[in-house]
Amino acid sequence: MRHVRTFKGRSYTFDNLKTLLAKASPLRSADMLAGIAAESEEERAVAQWLLAELPLTAFLAEPLIPPEHDEVSRLILDSHDSAAFAPISSLTVGALREWLLSDATSDAEIASIRRGLTPEMAAAASKIMRNQDLIAAAKRCTVTTRFRNTIGLAGRLSTRLQPNHPTDDLRGIAASVLDGLLYGSGDAVIGVNPATDNLENAAALLHLLDDIIRTHEIPTQSCVLTHVTTTLELMRRGAPVDLVFQSIAGTEAANRSFGVNLSLLAEARDAALSLGRGTLGDNVMYFETGQGSALSANAHHGIDAQTCEARAYAVARAFSPLLVNTVVGFIGPEYLYDGKQIIRAGLEDHFCGKLLGLPMGCDICYTNHAEADQNDMDTLLTLLGVAGCNYIMGVPGADDVMLAYQSTSFHDALYLRRVLGLRPAPEFEQWLNRMGIFDGGNALGKGVPSPRLLGAIDKLAREAI
Amino acid sequence: MSDSWLALRRFTQARIALGRAGHALPTTAVLEFQLAHAQARDAVHAPWDIDLFAERVRSLGEEVLILETPVASRSEYLRRPDLGRMLTEAARARLRQVQADPADVALIVSNGLSSTAVERHGLPLLQAIVRGYRARGIGIAPICLVANGRVALCDEIGSTLAARLAVIVVGERPGLSAADSLGIYLTYGPRQGNSDAERNCISNIREPDGLSYQAAAAKLSYLTAEAIRRGVSGVALKDETGGLLSEGEHGEGGLLGDL
Repeated sequence: MRHVRTFKGRSYTFDNLKTLLAKASPLRSADMLAGIAAESEEERAVAQWLLAELPLTAFLAEPLIPPEHDEVSRLILDSHDSAAFAPISSLTVGALREWLLSDATSDAEIASIRRGLTPEMAAAASKIMRNQDLIAAAKRCTVTTRFRNTIGLAGRLSTRLQPNHPTDDLRGIAASVLDGLLYGSGDAVIGVNPATDNLENAAALLHLLDDIIRTHEIPTQSCVLTHVTTTLELMRRGAPVDLVFQSIAGTEAANRSFGVNLSLLAEARDAALSLGRGTLGDNVMYFETGQGSALSANAHHGIDAQTCEARAYAVARAFSPLLVNTVVGFIGPEYLYDGKQIIRAGLEDHFCGKLLGLPMGCDICYTNHAEADQNDMDTLLTLLGVAGCNYIMGVPGADDVMLAYQSTSFHDALYLRRVLGLRPAPEFEQWLNRMGIFDGGNALGKGVPSPRLLGAIDKLAREAI
Repeated sequence: MSDSWLALRRFTQARIALGRAGHALPTTAVLEFQLAHAQARDAVHAPWDIDLFAERVRSLGEEVLILETPVASRSEYLRRPDLGRMLTEAARARLRQVQADPADVALIVSNGLSSTAVERHGLPLLQAIVRGYRARGIGIAPICLVANGRVALCDEIGSTLAARLAVIVVGERPGLSAADSLGIYLTYGPRQGNSDAERNCISNIREPDGLSYQAAAAKLSYLTAEAIRRGVSGVALKDETGGLLSEGEHGEGGLLGDL
C-alpha cells in the first residue's frame, strides 16, 4: 500500500510498508549502506508520523516478503494468534505505543498479547519510541526460562561467562572460567566460542566445561558455540551437550547463508530435548542475532536492519530458547557507526525481543573501528540494567582475546548489581554464597573463597609445572 | 585488592585476575585497557604515507603503481565498504595502460583497517614475498599500492592485469592485544564478484609476536604454486593444506567482521 503525506508544500511518498518502515527507522549506517534510509531528517519524521497512524491490521495484510518465497514470513503468518491479537486489533502503531506505556494496561495484559504481535508490529512501535519508552516498556515484560536454574526473574541479572582463548587451549579456558566464577559470573551459561569449528576440539571443550560444572555442582549450563550441524553430530557421538547454539537472522535467505533453516533447528532442538540434561526446565536453545546480518548476507529484501532483526525473533520464539542475545556492536561501523547507534540498537532489540516473549540478553560490545568506547558500553549497560535485561556477557577485562572485540567484564556485572541491586539467578546466588564467593548480600565476599575452588586452581597450576 | 589466583595468568593472555577496587577495576587495569584501545584507534585512523611507501618499494627495485579508490575520508571508508572495493575511473584508466605481459600474480598492498600494520610490517613482508616468488619462478605484475582498500578490490585489479592470481596484503582490524597485524588474501582467477569462500587467508602477520614475514611468505608461495597447479583457491584449496595453514589462521584478524 502506498503512503503519501504533504508537509509544508512538500510531498512525501512511500511506496509500500517496508519502505515506510525503513524511512521511519532512526538513523543507522546499515540502512544508509543499503540505500533505504530516509534522505532527510524531515522525511524520517514524516515517515514516523505516517507509521504511527497505521492500523496494526495493515501488517497482517501486507507481508514484507511474499510468504511463498520466505519461510520466516510463513512462520510469522502461521504462528499469528488472532485471539491474543483481539484486544489490540483496533489499535494503530501510535496507539500501541501508548497502550504499552499506559498505567491502565497491566503487565499481565502485555504478556497476554505476545503471540498476537508480529515482529514487524513490534519493530514499528519501536521506531516511534524514544529510548526511555523502550526501557520503560521492556521493563514491564518479564520472560523467565529454565534449564538448571531460573533466568529472567524480576530483580535478577544473569551473566554468560565467555572464557574464549585464541587457540582453544584447555588450561587457558579453564583459567578464565575459574576467574569468572570467582567474580560471580556464569549463571546464564558458561559458553565458549571455539577458535576452530571441528568435532574433536568442540568435544574436548564440552567435556572440560561439563567436568567443571559437575565437580563443583554449579547450577548452570554449558555451551560450545559451534554451528548447529556440528552440535548435532556431537550429540550423536554422546558429547555432553546442554544447549544448542546457533546464529539466526530474519529472512530465509539470510538463514541459508548461515547454513540453517527452520527444520534443521527443530531437529537439533529435538535431539537436545531427548538428552534430558536440564533439571529444572527444557529450554535448550541458545540463539544469537544482530542488526545488519541479513544485509551483510545480501538477503534483506530491502527491509531495514532493525525490522529484519525483529523478524529473527520470530524464528527464535518458535524454539522456546533459554537464551537469546543480540550481539549489538560486533558487526562493525558500516552497520552501526558509533556509540549512539549501538546504544539505540541495543535498546530496540531488547524491547522487541522482550515484547515478543523472548529471554533477551545483550552482548554490549563494539569493535575498534567503530566510533565507540567503554564509556558507551557503560551507558548501554546501565540502561539495559534498568530495562530488566535477562543477561549480559562476562568477558575477562571486557577484552575477548579470541574474537578481538570488546564486551562487558565480570566487574561490569558487579557494578550493575551494586548500583541497581540486581541479583544472580536464585539457584546460582545460593551456590555463590555457599562457596564463599558472595557474602550473602549480593556482593563479593571479603574472606577467602571456598577451598574447593581454590583447590581447583592449585591443581591447574600444578598440572602446568 | 589483588586476586590470590594470579598464577593462572600464565595460561592465557585474557585479562584475568585483575584484582578489584570495591567491585570496580583497579586503576592500573583501567589504564592498561585504555592504552591498548588508544593504540587500536590510532591504528585505524592514522594516515598512510603512500608516497613514501612507494619510494621504499621502488628502492627495492620493484615497479610500483599507486591507485585510488573513490573513498574520500577514513570515516567514509568505515561506512562504505563497497567504495573500498572499487577503483576510481582515473585509476582504472591508468591500470589499463600498464604495458606488460600478463603475470602470474597481481600483488596489491592496502592499509585496510590498520595503517600502523602496513607502516610497520609492509615493506619487510613485501620483500619476503617477492623473494619467495622469484625462488619459485612465479612472475609478478607491477606492485599496486591503494589506500583505503578492501579485500575484494583485488578482483578488479587482478582481472584488469589479466593475472592468474590476485594477492592483497592488507592491514587487519586492530584488536586490543595487537593493532598491527597484516593479512594476506589470495584469489585464483580474479574477477569481479568472487566470493570470500574462493579466497585463502594468511592472518596475524606481525613480528615478533605473530606469524613471521618469512613464514607468511613461504605459505603464500606454496599456496600460490598449488593454486596455479590445481586451478583453484579458497575452501577447495584450504581443505588439503589444513596442516600447513593451521598456524596463524585464528589470530587477531582471523575473524574480520567485514572484508
